[in-house]
Amino acid sequence: MSKGLIGVIAVVLIFGFFGCSTYNGLVGKDEAVNEAWSKVQSQYQRRADLIPNLVNTVKGAADFEKSTLQSVIEARAKATSMNINADQLTPENIQKFQQAQDQLGGSLSRLLVAVERYPDLKANQNFRDLQAQLEGTENRIAVARNDFNTVVKGYNQSVRTFPANLFAGMFGFPQKGYFEASQGAQNAPTVTF
Amino acid sequence: MKKRLSSLLIFLWTVSGVLAQEIPAPPNPPRLLNDFAQQLNVGERAELERKLVAYNDSTSNQILVVIVPTTGPYEIADYAFKLGREWGVGQKDKNNGLVILWAPKDRKVYIATGYGLEGAIPDAIAKRIVSDVIIPEFKNDRYFQGLNRGVDEIMKYASGEYKAEPRDRDDGSPSGALVFIIVFVIIIIIISRSKGGGGGRGGRGFRGGVGPVIFPYDTYSGWGRSSGNWGGGSSGGGGFGGFGGGSFGGGGAGGNY
Repeated sequence: MSKGLIGVIAVVLIFGFFGCSTYNGLVGKDEAVNEAWSKVQSQYQRRADLIPNLVNTVKGAADFEKSTLQSVIEARAKATSMNINADQLTPENIQKFQQAQDQLGGSLSRLLVAVERYPDLKANQNFRDLQAQLEGTENRIAVARNDFNTVVKGYNQSVRTFPANLFAGMFGFPQKGYFEASQGAQNAPTVTF
Repeated sequence: MKKRLSSLLIFLWTVSGVLAQEIPAPPNPPRLLNDFAQQLNVGERAELERKLVAYNDSTSNQILVVIVPTTGPYEIADYAFKLGREWGVGQKDKNNGLVILWAPKDRKVYIATGYGLEGAIPDAIAKRIVSDVIIPEFKNDRYFQGLNRGVDEIMKYASGEYKAEPRDRDDGSPSGALVFIIVFVIIIIIISRSKGGGGGRGGRGFRGGVGPVIFPYDTYSGWGRSSGNWGGGSSGGGGFGGFGGGSFGGGGAGGNY
C-alpha cells in the first residue's frame, strides 16, 4: 500500500515538475509574442500618425478631389479604432485587424496614385518627405509583421507539440493567429518616378 | 528508381544552391565595401573601403556598401534589411549599422538604416541622399562619385550620434602613440647626431634624414581618423574588425535611376 502511495507521489512530483518547466517555457514564448505584437502595433500607429499631416499637405498644395481624401480619413478612423490586446491574438482578431489596416493601405495607395496627376504637389518637398516616411513605415510594418509571424510560429509549435499541448490547454495558452499576405499587401503605397 | 532519386537530389541541390545565392555570405575577412558585381576599379574600392573603415574606427557606426548585380525576386528594400540582419551590420547594443545597396542590373539604390541610426538619418533624409546626391551622379554613369558622395553625406548626418567604444582607443591609444612618436623622434635625432658626428662625408646626405622628425607630427594630427598610417601598430593594420550583430527594422529609403 505504502509502495503504491510512494509511486503516486513520485508520479505527481514528476508531473508537477515537468508542468512547471513547460509552463515557464510557454510564458517566455508568450512574452516574446506580446513584444512582437506591440512592435507591429506601434508601426501601424506610426502610419496612422503620418496621415493627418499627409492629408493637410495634399489639401494645401492642390485642389484635390475630396472623395479620395475622405476615404483615407475614414479608413484611418476605422483602423485606429481597432485595437487588439496582446492576450486576444486569436486568428480571427488578427484577420479583422489586418483587414482594417489593409483597407487603409489600399486607400492610401489610391491617394498616392492620384497625386501623380499633380506635378506641383509631387515636387513639393514637404510631400516628398512625407512620401519617404510613409514608404519607410510600410517597410517597417512589413518587417514587424514578419518578425511577429516568426515568433508566433515558435509559440504555436510549442503549444501544439506533445506533451506541452496537455499543459497548454490546462494553463490557457491558446494558439495565436498569423498575418497573411493579402491583396492589401500588394496595394501598399509605392513610389514611382 | 535510383535515377529518379538522383535527379531529385540534383534538383534539390540546385534549388538550395539558388536560394543560398540570393543573399551572399559575409566576406572573410570582413569588409565594408563589397563589390559583387565588379563595378568599381581596385583604386576606387580601396579608397572607399579605407574611408568606411576609418569612420567605423572613430564612430563605431558601420556603413556597409554592397553592390550585387540584381536583388532577384526580392524588393531591394527587403534584400537590404535581410542582408543587414544576416551580416549583423552595426554594434549589437547600438544597432548603428547602415547598408547602401546598389543593384546595377535593376538600376536601383537603397539605403537601409539600422534601428539606432533611424533618428540621425530619418527616411526623408535617406530619400534625399538617394535622389539628390547619388542618383544624379548615377544617371551620368559616375558610379563611384555617386557612392562616395552619398557616403560623405551619410557620415555628415550620422556623426555625433555614437562614439567609438573606449576599447578602440586602448588599441591605438593617443597617449601611447605620442610616447611612441617621441621615442621614435629621439632615436632618430640620436642616430643622426651620432652619424653626423661620426664623419663629415655623409653629413649632407643625412640632413635629409631629419625629415621624419616632422613627419610623425603630421600623421599624429590625423590619428583619430585612421590608424592605417601606422599599419604595424597594435590595432592590426587598420583593417575592419568585423560586424557587430546590429539589427534592422525597416528604416531607410531608395530609388531607381
